[in-house]
Amino acid sequence: MFKWKTDEFSWVDFTIDVLRVLIVLGVVIGAWNTLSSGRISLAQWVNLFAAGLSQGSIYALIALGYTLVYGILLMINFAHGEVFMAGAFTTVFFAEALNRTGFLNEQPLLSILLMIIFAGLVSMTVAILLERVAYRPLRGSPRLVPLITAIGASFFLQYTFRGLYGSGFKAYPQVQILQGVISVGGINIPIVQIFVFCSALVLMLGLYWLVERTRIGKAMRAVSENKEVARLMGIDIDWVIMFTFGVGGFLAGSAGVINGMFRPQGVNFFMGFIPGIKAFTAAVLGGIGNIPGAMLGGLFLGVIEAIGPNLVLAGLGIPGANQLKDVIAFTMLVLVLIFRPQGILGERLAEKKA
Amino acid sequence: MKRLFLVLTVLCMLLGLSAPALADSHCMDELGCVEVAPDDPIVIASILAMSGPASFYGADTLGGIELAILGRDGMLLGRDIELVEEDSYCAAEGGQAAAQRVAADESIAGVIGTTCSGAAQGAMPIISEAGMLMISSSNTSPSLTNDNADEGGTYYPGYFRTAHNDLFQGAMGAKFAVEVLMAGAVATVHDGDPYTEGLAVVMANEFAGLNGDVVFQGAVSKGDTDMSAILTEIAASGPDLVYLPVFTPESEFLVSQAANTPGLENVRMMTADGSFNADFAPNIGQAAVGVLMTGPHVAGDAYQEFLTLWAEEQPGGTDSPPSGFHAHAYDGTNLLLDAIEAVAEEMDDGTLIIGRQALRDAMAAVEDYAGLTGTLTCQEAPLYMGDCATGTALAVFELGEAQVDEGAWPPPIVWDLSMTMADDM
Repeated sequence: MFKWKTDEFSWVDFTIDVLRVLIVLGVVIGAWNTLSSGRISLAQWVNLFAAGLSQGSIYALIALGYTLVYGILLMINFAHGEVFMAGAFTTVFFAEALNRTGFLNEQPLLSILLMIIFAGLVSMTVAILLERVAYRPLRGSPRLVPLITAIGASFFLQYTFRGLYGSGFKAYPQVQILQGVISVGGINIPIVQIFVFCSALVLMLGLYWLVERTRIGKAMRAVSENKEVARLMGIDIDWVIMFTFGVGGFLAGSAGVINGMFRPQGVNFFMGFIPGIKAFTAAVLGGIGNIPGAMLGGLFLGVIEAIGPNLVLAGLGIPGANQLKDVIAFTMLVLVLIFRPQGILGERLAEKKA
Repeated sequence: MKRLFLVLTVLCMLLGLSAPALADSHCMDELGCVEVAPDDPIVIASILAMSGPASFYGADTLGGIELAILGRDGMLLGRDIELVEEDSYCAAEGGQAAAQRVAADESIAGVIGTTCSGAAQGAMPIISEAGMLMISSSNTSPSLTNDNADEGGTYYPGYFRTAHNDLFQGAMGAKFAVEVLMAGAVATVHDGDPYTEGLAVVMANEFAGLNGDVVFQGAVSKGDTDMSAILTEIAASGPDLVYLPVFTPESEFLVSQAANTPGLENVRMMTADGSFNADFAPNIGQAAVGVLMTGPHVAGDAYQEFLTLWAEEQPGGTDSPPSGFHAHAYDGTNLLLDAIEAVAEEMDDGTLIIGRQALRDAMAAVEDYAGLTGTLTCQEAPLYMGDCATGTALAVFELGEAQVDEGAWPPPIVWDLSMTMADDM
């Protein structure tokens, strides 16, 4: 820190240092004002934190798709938000059918499991098709080309699904056992939030096991280290890349159902856009290409979004702080890009390949 | 050099050829005329939100336009009617871009659009400058028909609408809250869109004018799914009624999460036409029971026939209209086609001449037109420049079990302006 004192003076370093000090001051003053005013009780803080963790675990599941693909292909799959939408939007009809027959509330856990698998498979199919049709032919072309293709693919998928299911809004049916709250020491935590966090955790552990402990996981890591050498070792690169897209898609689809349990409304063809960019932010926060980084980045972003506006912005006297949630999220992105471009956990590949 | 000279010569000759044609025109209209050659169709344009999250409104309106054209077998004055569709994406930039494309096409006689008030603010300066007219079936922002720029008015000549001005809707919401609900304190929420913000402000002002207490005025962002922070603040302010004229799905998140917010469990919620669609109640579930909505109230035999026709023709591939402004679009299209029919003059060579100012005058002169949405009279009062809807086709609806369980639509009416109109309309 404070490089300009020792080395040659540079206005850039100076500005960045001033920025650092101002940010720290702003956060401290804002937080101090809020906490000393006692406007929000401890129970409310815990509630905000829990809601942030749930939202964050959904971001994390989507972020894993970005990070897996980046890890292997060094490309940002901007259509990944639409892969999430594909699973969530398609499964809403399956969920409605389960609800109509009454099966949903007779066998809630089995139903949710079925829904997650169904959504996962739908998103997986979309992700694999996307890779096969849109990205594979462009492999080896300059990095901007697949990026722009991804944006085009994103629009293509949005309007394909609008064509399939219409432009109206849908909602997931309510699952009775997830309603209500659990009281721990006078603090009420909604059951659904515990469910969201736990199921996301299970999926993430599953992914970790897949990548670290299985043969295909080893192949994925090998391809991400060096494609050419991996090919020489007899690894079928095309298959590994397709598999990676499939895994990312499955996680995104299951995130769609988990999101549907958490925030049932707002299911339509456009629903993937904002979670998509938020998850991308989370992936960059954690260090893109780094799997634990994406998980951590997602949770971190969710919590910061939930707590930040109330803690810092409201304390600084900014009106309508709750509207500035996105400002917090994207400011975090900018700050990370300025101060720690490699992300919270960093990514060992970043320097070598970027 | 020689080639350049040749090109210039040809250009001069072309200009020379076209000059007599201009001088020979029969157009006496100060804004110019649309000339339709003997075998050409009469062209009208639509500028609607055809993509993006608001596209179901666009689909709804387009269906109304198509059925109005179909109602004349696609013919006007012995010619085909051609519809040019432009997409304005519910945004000022989209409206501007679409309007530029429309204004560049001199064959277009008039425009139906836009879907969103924000898009109209982008489109109208261009449409007005081009001498065209535009009739909106779903813009409700008061500023669009207010010609006083100091008050934020953005009226441009050539603008008309069959949708109700929000001054009517906000006032009705406030009146209902005070007179029927006996509410003493209200909280309002908008989502930053000029339409929702305008409506929230009108309602708050009217409510305060009726000696009510406006205890909270806040906003959510489009795309928010977690409303707990704002709902906690609202609960702390202690309202009797929360007025949230925002669009779906934000309104759905607000209503469903309010049911679990301590202090708001029994507070009434009122939304407006931004959430007026059949999916709203089923998407929320039990928490939607008792939610009030203000919205377009269109009824009668002619409307039933319209719905039957919709089910037969299925414009846009749906059995029933996806939102609440199709009838306004149907009326608007008919007004436009009637006006063209009234002012068009046929020349000896079979060319149709449609005066642009004459067309605007014909629209402004519309009086007691019996449309699907009630009796329409286009006004020229300061706050209502080009407002053809009189605000009578509005009502307060209340969602019940039937809307949640079976998706029954529209919900029952609990109040309409005929119950109160006498004193101030």
